[in-house]
Amino acid sequence: MLNNHAKLVRFFSQCEEVVGRKRLQKMIYILKKAGYPFEERYEFHFYGPYSEELTLRVEELCNLGFLNETHEKKSNYHQYRYSLTEGGEEFLTHYENMPFEDMTEHIHNMNEESSRFLELVSTMLYFDQLSRDECEEKVRAVKKKMNYTEEELQQAWSFIDRLLN
Amino acid sequence: MAYKDEKLHEEKVFKDPVHRYVHVRDRVIWDLIGTPEFQRLRRVKQLGTSYTTFHGAEHSRFNHSLGVYEIVRRIINNFENRPNWNEDERLLCLAAALLHDLGHGPFSHSFEKVFKLDHEDFTRKIILGDTGVNAILRRVDSKFPHKVAEVINKTYENKLVVSLISSQIDADRMDYLQRDAYFTGVSYGHFDMERILRVMRPMEDQVVVKESGMHAVEDYIMSRYQMYWQVYFHPVTRSAEVILTKILHRAKELYENEYSFYLEPYHFTSFFAGDVDLQDYLKLDENVVMYYFQIWKDEIDPVLSDLCKRFVDRHLFKYVEFNPNQQMSEWMELHKLFQKAGIDPDYYLVVDSSSDLPYDFYRPGEEGERLPIHLLRPNGELKELSRQSDIVESISGKKRTDHKLYFPKDLIEGLSNRSKTKKRILEILYG
Repeated sequence: MLNNHAKLVRFFSQCEEVVGRKRLQKMIYILKKAGYPFEERYEFHFYGPYSEELTLRVEELCNLGFLNETHEKKSNYHQYRYSLTEGGEEFLTHYENMPFEDMTEHIHNMNEESSRFLELVSTMLYFDQLSRDECEEKVRAVKKKMNYTEEELQQAWSFIDRLLN
Repeated sequence: MAYKDEKLHEEKVFKDPVHRYVHVRDRVIWDLIGTPEFQRLRRVKQLGTSYTTFHGAEHSRFNHSLGVYEIVRRIINNFENRPNWNEDERLLCLAAALLHDLGHGPFSHSFEKVFKLDHEDFTRKIILGDTGVNAILRRVDSKFPHKVAEVINKTYENKLVVSLISSQIDADRMDYLQRDAYFTGVSYGHFDMERILRVMRPMEDQVVVKESGMHAVEDYIMSRYQMYWQVYFHPVTRSAEVILTKILHRAKELYENEYSFYLEPYHFTSFFAGDVDLQDYLKLDENVVMYYFQIWKDEIDPVLSDLCKRFVDRHLFKYVEFNPNQQMSEWMELHKLFQKAGIDPDYYLVVDSSSDLPYDFYRPGEEGERLPIHLLRPNGELKELSRQSDIVESISGKKRTDHKLYFPKDLIEGLSNRSKTKKRILEILYG
């Protein structure tokens, strides 16, 4: 019961804080691609892979008091921050037997990067059935306005190689 | 004349209860409608198990797909000669609109969850595989099937084209809200679509709405909000969905344990084995599924038989509100009590959450999260809808989620009145 919720709570228990919903979306997608058993269904959206299921599940976790959500008004938008509450920690005690590998290193690496970079990495992973050249061509086509540089693409490939190996 | 430009001698029309008429002039569209893969959508209900709550909700994905096509046809008629609109994309938009749900299987939400399938993946396979649909699309141009698949997969580079079929105010949602309202008989779900279509404008990357049409969009957002809670998320529908999911789990488990079915479940075997090819997928529609459920009512396995009787004869589970934050220990106790009472909790005690359903309501969200609805102001500036509309702002900030606990009340009541287990179960469930 609520296993998918528990997996997300475990993710939050391994990071101090996640700043930004976009970042959160991309982090879970990248971890999913790295083989972590998140089951949220993703589709390709304007800003890359996006899961409505994840948005709703996080909303549920906040409403249940397992996650703390704060938001600040920026000039044109809101920015959200998430952290685990005591209630969330208590909830996790019911899932101690659920197997789940440690994600802290990946989380740390992703938190070092900008959300622009995570958008690039997750988009490249979305097209992972294509060859490298085709993937780059596709990313440049669907992310025209982001103007990703050759250097960023190479950094993203290195990031992906480290992630998957 | 090239096949892509061929028109029918006379326009064909489908009578439609929502849009009055669906108009077809393009030979390609007419031919696509006639393919076995598109006709199969007649045998897949648009609203899955909602017919158990709203008896009128028997409409199919075929009806809906024609509706989405018709809305896109009207939108692009209005776009003709406007800036940012490329008339060469017309047939691509129409074909993608018509075929956008092609990969939906029977009761697709439950099937996807249990068998780890993805209807979008099958849409792509039908469009790109050895099918009647692919043969027609290829006659247009060898690259055309690929383009149609990309639009539906939302990875086509012209985002304006994608946004007609998939965005926060798209033809898909505009059709299903009205169609689902019509067939369920509810009084929500209505909005002035004609007005919205008149004020939609093509921009480089998206469809936007002129500010003067804001009130029509407010109505659309309200109906989306109300349909979510009143129809899509109806607790009785969820009960049927829970039972359906458990039937599939049970049948799969029995198959894995080499149970001898009274009727060999040929149509399901590749699903159980996790090896579904396109032909297997296309053969399994809701008529076939209901046939098996009817047969499984008489199976020797008591759980499969009972669950199928419940689903086919509409003898659903009851439910109570459940708060995982406060009731985890109670849930664990219930689990043990059910076992003690001989009622398998894996099949008869289910928590269902709002995130388990594939519907959403409008949220502007955070920058870069997903594209919101934009209003086009007279000075050319774009403003996010909830920034301009108090009504939308008031509902888009509201967070409503819920969790319900489903169980077979009749089985619990059937336990001996002297049973302490029964007393305790009822105490936990009803206080």
